[in-house]
Amino acid sequence: MKVEAKILLGLGVFFGVMCAVYWNWSLENAGGVMMFAGMLLGFLPGGYYYWWSRRMAPRAEDDPNATQAQGAGVVGAFPGTSIWPFTLGMGSFFTVLALVFGIWLLVPGLALIVWALFGGVAESRRGGKV
Amino acid sequence: MVDVLEHPAAYDLPEHGHEEHHGPTGILKWLTTTDHKVIGLSYTVTAVVMLVIGGAFAEIIRAQLASPNGTLVSLAQYNELFTMHGSVMIYLFAGPFAFGALANIMVPIQIGAPDMAYPRLNALSYWLYLMGSITMLSGFFTAGGAANFGWVAYAPLSNSLNTPGAGADLWIGGLLLTGFSAIFTGVNLVATIFYLRAPGMTMFRMPIFTWNMLVTAILILLAFPVLTAGLIMLYADRHFGTHIFSVAGGGVPVLWQHIFWFWGHPEVYILALPFFGMVTEILAVFSRKPVFGYKGMVFATLSIAALSLGVWAHHMFTTGVVLLPFFSIMSLLIAVPTGIKIFNWIGTMWRGEIWFSTAMLMAIGFVVTFLIGGLTGIYLASPPLDFFTHDTYFVVAHFHSVVMALVLAGMAGLYYWGPKFTGYLLDERIGKIQFWFLFIGTQVFTLPLYLVGLRGMPRRMAIYPHDPQWQFLNDLSTAGAVLIGVSTILFVVNVVVSWKKHPAGDNPWDGQTLEWFTTSPPPHHNFYRLPIIRSERPTWDYNHPEHRSIAHAPAHPSTEDAR
Repeated sequence: MKVEAKILLGLGVFFGVMCAVYWNWSLENAGGVMMFAGMLLGFLPGGYYYWWSRRMAPRAEDDPNATQAQGAGVVGAFPGTSIWPFTLGMGSFFTVLALVFGIWLLVPGLALIVWALFGGVAESRRGGKV
Repeated sequence: MVDVLEHPAAYDLPEHGHEEHHGPTGILKWLTTTDHKVIGLSYTVTAVVMLVIGGAFAEIIRAQLASPNGTLVSLAQYNELFTMHGSVMIYLFAGPFAFGALANIMVPIQIGAPDMAYPRLNALSYWLYLMGSITMLSGFFTAGGAANFGWVAYAPLSNSLNTPGAGADLWIGGLLLTGFSAIFTGVNLVATIFYLRAPGMTMFRMPIFTWNMLVTAILILLAFPVLTAGLIMLYADRHFGTHIFSVAGGGVPVLWQHIFWFWGHPEVYILALPFFGMVTEILAVFSRKPVFGYKGMVFATLSIAALSLGVWAHHMFTTGVVLLPFFSIMSLLIAVPTGIKIFNWIGTMWRGEIWFSTAMLMAIGFVVTFLIGGLTGIYLASPPLDFFTHDTYFVVAHFHSVVMALVLAGMAGLYYWGPKFTGYLLDERIGKIQFWFLFIGTQVFTLPLYLVGLRGMPRRMAIYPHDPQWQFLNDLSTAGAVLIGVSTILFVVNVVVSWKKHPAGDNPWDGQTLEWFTTSPPPHHNFYRLPIIRSERPTWDYNHPEHRSIAHAPAHPSTEDAR
């Protein structure tokens, strides 16, 4: 977990320095703001990983001498198949088409999105195919 | 159905001892799958179709430019063609092919994971990408034609007065969808690489391709939201009467360029880094050596990514309102880590036992072509030279050298990894013929463009003055484009001819990384068993115990460093 934290924190530090140099030198706001936001994107998850890396036991994937048995156990629950990503994708498609061809396309678009969100959440909850 | 997964090591059963995965088949499988390999294959097919479509646009453009007063297409159609050529190639082919297709299939297998961290989000990414592509291309079927403001959509050219019509809005909508698709894939890749590695697969044992995909994914997360925000502002300017990018209402047109290129330059590396990773792996495998300078390679990737976020305005030198020295220095600095990479690629091949397979030839072709593209980029990083060459064919030639190098690398990736995810080898003889067509075609296509650019020919012109030099160089370039077209046809022929003909076996290239440890194609959830991981090339260590000392893995585990 430490390497992961260092990569993101390093990104934040890099952006912090670049933001300070660039903003003070160029006095141009768009780039300065974008670099400042980039710095936050480094520090927020980086800080989170660093906080956890100090509190949790080293994981098997961080142990250079790990045996495969150390990884034994449940990795996670992976949905085998699901129709909801397709439904959500089609909903987003119609919603975007509403930007071009008229507001009425929001009706099928948002309906599909809401249906897919409920369906997907219910699928996760039941732990099975809905 | 939900599969609760235990780690493969927990039950070291013989192959085929497992219950086969039962799921829907046919079109229902395609619609409902959350398996990263099936999604990746869908991505691969869609992206190659986009390459063919974008390539067809390019051939029409080159045919038009073969004579000074070409009459193949009208001036308005020409604008649509170059806009959609750039858009299809950048937004719909190169990026999705790299992080949607090959990375989606290979990253989980390379780190010993059963799937991507968020399988359903992964499926959503594909549907957004497919629907975004359809949205963008459907502009051709509207009354006003497709978007025609160039793939960069500069303000004020992209406002509702200069480019009204549904084509431009469809372009924006398509980009919104593919942009979200890219962001979701980025999130997925970071989570997968951080949380689903196999035991012993420390960060500094990951294959270089996986490293590059991690860095690419972080770049996606930094860059794509900026583009999406910019597109929403552009749409608001066009339809809701805001004046963010128009001088009339107190807005700033150059702001669009800042936003666009803050995404656009990292995007160049979002496209390039995955292919760098692919080539690194291929050069190592076909030279029978470990990657030369593994850590140097990783740090070069990280510094290229970091620097690429501070160079966006080198596309805007001629606007006169950007800080020239800052962006020039930063752009020139990128040459250093890129140079390290090229040095390490040569070091990997040095004194190797080189096997000139099609994938290896394509990878070497990549290094040569990319070097040409990279070196001409150094010229352009210098403002005085850029003032002279800005918006001429010199710039076009520069980035076509770079992206054609990426096409070579992508082909290398398909020849190298195709057998893994399809289970069948492609024909090597046709492959080598394809390589020579593609490689020679690329040079014949790009090199004259540098010269015609230096002679002052501006880009995005459908007709040009009668000038024997300009015309000769353009004809040469068109001939190169024809060769590239032939090579693409040869690839399709190769896929058809060798369809299910030569079974690949698990490890046809004597590969080094984890994907060559499992079956071809890999089973549902990828692995029946995993080797013990003690270096960055576990499969090689398993198959060649006599070479373990070279692979940085001391015989006595307790003395091993944290590598």
